[in-house]
Amino acid sequence: MKKLQLPLSEAEREELKAGEPVLLSGIVYTARDAAHKRLFEMLDEGRELPFDLKDAVIYYVGPTPARPGQVIGSAGPTTSSRMDPYVPKMMENGMIGMIGKGRRSEKVKEAVVRHKGFYLVAAGGAGALLSHSIIKREPVAFEDLLSEAVTRITVKDFPCFVGIDCRGDDIYDLKEDDE
Amino acid sequence: MREISVREIEERIAEACGEIAVRYSPDLIKALQKGRTQETGFRSVTAMDILLQNAETAASQNIPICQDTGLVIVWLKIGSEVHFTDGLPSEAVNRGVARGYTECYLRASSVTDPLYERKNTKDNTPAVIYTEIVEGDQVEIEMMAKGFGSENKSALKMLTPADGEKGVKDFVLETIRNAGPNACPPFVVGVGIGGTFDSCAVNAKRALLRPVSESNSDPRYKKLEDDLLTEANQLGIGPLGFHGRTTALKVQVEYAPTHIAGLPVAVNMCCHVCRHARMVI
Repeated sequence: MKKLQLPLSEAEREELKAGEPVLLSGIVYTARDAAHKRLFEMLDEGRELPFDLKDAVIYYVGPTPARPGQVIGSAGPTTSSRMDPYVPKMMENGMIGMIGKGRRSEKVKEAVVRHKGFYLVAAGGAGALLSHSIIKREPVAFEDLLSEAVTRITVKDFPCFVGIDCRGDDIYDLKEDDE
Repeated sequence: MREISVREIEERIAEACGEIAVRYSPDLIKALQKGRTQETGFRSVTAMDILLQNAETAASQNIPICQDTGLVIVWLKIGSEVHFTDGLPSEAVNRGVARGYTECYLRASSVTDPLYERKNTKDNTPAVIYTEIVEGDQVEIEMMAKGFGSENKSALKMLTPADGEKGVKDFVLETIRNAGPNACPPFVVGVGIGGTFDSCAVNAKRALLRPVSESNSDPRYKKLEDDLLTEANQLGIGPLGFHGRTTALKVQVEYAPTHIAGLPVAVNMCCHVCRHARMVI
């Protein structure tokens, strides 16, 4: 299976093809609904974000608490479409990729194409398995949001599929066995 | 009268919270395995394999199947000959949920006020609690931990009697189609028909408590469930939305008497992680 090491060069991003399975490694930030609302407000007010959005990849996840000895608890993707309204501006400010589950809006697709970014899809409801591919986790911001806090995670061979590629092709529009 | 300490309710709820978060019920595992055999596409086969492998990892390593460990809904059927001691059963339910979610490292997903403050309550309380007084000296507890990826895709429609069976089917299938890949297929679909605006929705949720190996005892409604499942699986959404045959594992219908002017239909979407437990004290 194709292995991807973040950050991806423009050439590597252009090679991604909607529907193909990949194993992702590198640094990813976690953020979902409440964190996006705050990040967006900070962008609107021109304040500095708690992490550099340049080339950032965001995983839409709110994990369960880690047991002692665990890096992270169950950590599968949440529904990406709730974060759709934030995406164009986040990508204008440097974000290059997203990991989640489910369909995205046309505006998200356009932003992915415009910035030659990517949207990866992980298996919804497979949080136990996916947690094994997260090998490090550090707090970044908004700890009061508990599971919704922004954290920096290191993933190793994290299994996912290319959801939307930089041509705007969408995994959910492919037919079965369409390759 | 039989005296029951509400501490027993607290204990049983706390324990069940931890259990259903990490283990699919056997009927659901069977349904997933059956679904796996029906898939042929590369992605749909991979999707089912991932879900089955995840189920095994979750149970063997005590990690929640899904990070959305849900909001808790509890139905208490209280025998009229029961006398509770040590407090109120509703308080015991919430103490049980708080303990279960904290002690078992489950996610606190409940916020205080939905529109303005949205502050996390930190222990996943309050639970939604329904109580009913029944005959006897026992307490039956049924509970569910409902994820919101699928809850968000649920819908209710007040049909009219003229819409009939076709109207019901069209609305159920439209709701499943709208849920699409976002609500984590393969689904278990709870359908409530009849009653009032509110009770119809509760019946749709109650329908999800039934094991997927069991159908409605009324042959007409069983046929409706079977027909809806067949048609849902012709929608082609497939496992995780990657296209394929397994869009739903089961459609469960519960019905209730209704008004001469009405035909309410509620569809409570549930992802493949359909977590519920039943206990009797």
